[in-house]
Amino acid sequence: MPDLTEKKTSGDIPAQRTADAPAPKQEKARSLGSDAWHDLRRKPIFVISALLILLLVVIAIAPGLFTSVDPRAGDLRNHYLTKPNYGSFFQADWFGYDLQGRSIYARVIYGARASVVVGICVTAGVTILGGITGMLAGYFGGWIDTIISRVTDIFFGIPLLLGALVILNAFTERTIWSVVFALVALGWTQMTRVMRGSVITVKQADFVTAAKALGAGTTRILFKHILPNAIAPVIVVATIALGGYIATEATLSFLGIGLQDPTISWGIDINSAQKVIRTAPFALFFPAGMLSLTVLAFIMLGDAVRDALDPKLR
Amino acid sequence: MGSYVLRRVLQMIPVFFGTTLLIFVMVYSLPGDPVTALFGDKAADPAVVASIKHTYYLDQPIWKQYLHYMGNLFQGDFGTSFTGRPVSDIMADAFPVTIRLALMAFVFEMVLGLALGVLSGLKRGSIADTLVLILTLVVISIPVFVLAYIAQTVFATNLGWVTPTVQDSYDLTQLVLPATVLGSLSLAYVARLTRTSIGENLRADYIRTAVAKGLPRRTIISRHLLRNSLIPVVTFLGTDLGALMGGAIVTEGIFNVQGIGNVLYRAINQKEGPTVVGIVTVLVIVYLVASLLVDLLYAVLDPRIRYA
Repeated sequence: MPDLTEKKTSGDIPAQRTADAPAPKQEKARSLGSDAWHDLRRKPIFVISALLILLLVVIAIAPGLFTSVDPRAGDLRNHYLTKPNYGSFFQADWFGYDLQGRSIYARVIYGARASVVVGICVTAGVTILGGITGMLAGYFGGWIDTIISRVTDIFFGIPLLLGALVILNAFTERTIWSVVFALVALGWTQMTRVMRGSVITVKQADFVTAAKALGAGTTRILFKHILPNAIAPVIVVATIALGGYIATEATLSFLGIGLQDPTISWGIDINSAQKVIRTAPFALFFPAGMLSLTVLAFIMLGDAVRDALDPKLR
Repeated sequence: MGSYVLRRVLQMIPVFFGTTLLIFVMVYSLPGDPVTALFGDKAADPAVVASIKHTYYLDQPIWKQYLHYMGNLFQGDFGTSFTGRPVSDIMADAFPVTIRLALMAFVFEMVLGLALGVLSGLKRGSIADTLVLILTLVVISIPVFVLAYIAQTVFATNLGWVTPTVQDSYDLTQLVLPATVLGSLSLAYVARLTRTSIGENLRADYIRTAVAKGLPRRTIISRHLLRNSLIPVVTFLGTDLGALMGGAIVTEGIFNVQGIGNVLYRAINQKEGPTVVGIVTVLVIVYLVASLLVDLLYAVLDPRIRYA
């Protein structure tokens, strides 16, 4: 009876639905935000990534707490490329020395600041710029939407790395802020699209019509009614993108067109370590490992937040 | 259908001009004079500089330069680089290499990404699913240049399977490792996207209906579930083809592949305006055509979508 067994196996597809769906036990009504928070606190992935990010932010704000070694002091007596001494925790030679006799551990610690600042500033920039344009395009529609959408189309045609290379070439002295500028200038359209789509869905809801009927002004409707209900997808995309921006900054610095000495960046260190990758792989391993760990933390956080905010996945 | 395609093509025109104008302005408004730089340390004769600038149209205001460039472009002339070589020549050398590299990466990410995504999407919570999730997470979080060095160290230095850098960029077998590295990030995205999409659609009413009708499991998965789940994946893959070609800068640099990424990187650093604009223009066209194809594919995947 092949027919019956076939039915039985196919039967477990809808069975999953009942298994996954939470039992309808609503003690008290919670807003989407507090509901998500309630979910998040119980998730180990969220807790781990949040702690990692917290640690990173502390390192970025006060690197002196973690090492007393000057990351720029090159001492050639430590001949260059001294192997790491894994026993000496938090000391200058923990991760070894780089080509110029500088402590890799200190450089890894001080390098966090550039990455965190670029990541947070770019994300804030694109979220504000993209959020506003997306809200305008989605809510008003018509010619405003046409113009904004065409502009986002234009920017989408330019690959992020390529555009950033061209923009950054215009700066003779590149600081953290030139990198932030280039990435915001090229990245805001992504948020515009997300926000626009989200606002279009929300603006058809009954509560918007109700607010209009009660005589609420456009600003009030936009900021009190539409924004809080449309922001969730933007937060998710922004969190995941933050890790991506950190990786992009490192890539640009690695290519020699992002941050420059004396700014300390993992990308720059990886670039100088690649020349000695055969003899001293550790010089590449530690900054690269920290960079990957940072990106990983933000992506995990974004994943957890999405799972909590997306009612479709419940 | 026909009128839809026409409308989409018409919509592409302003985007094409907008993007090329944007990159044109960005490249040509860079500070620094590429013509004087051509002379190196020698003092440039102002008359010679002026004459070179005149031949390259650099003495005109930027909008005139752009119109002139576009006029030539539509006659198939991509201009001449500052070294005197036609840009179309440079591109004819480099593009075949990058197209091969990108296509190999594309096939790799599509086949393996879809397979992993379907596997983990159908068996949510299984060991395979967890493994796929962890693996893709690791791949996403390791920047591509680090991944390239890891691959180089493991497969070339330690195992000795391949040479660390590509010797002959036209040899397909040598491009396998760079293509794998290039496609790995997108592979992870494809796998996760497929997994999420399948997970959402598994609970859809039409799947329950199909099950209730007593359709065999294989039919349900291939006809109902996959077709509907593939829409976001196809969108991603479509825009990714262009991104793979433009994003090969890092991979091509590390593996010494003589494709457009390498040429472009050098051209940007040397402020070689004509070369940069020419290559980016072609990349923009690739991107636009790919996104048009994606839109047309929607109708194939989802019969509800009709192009009026």
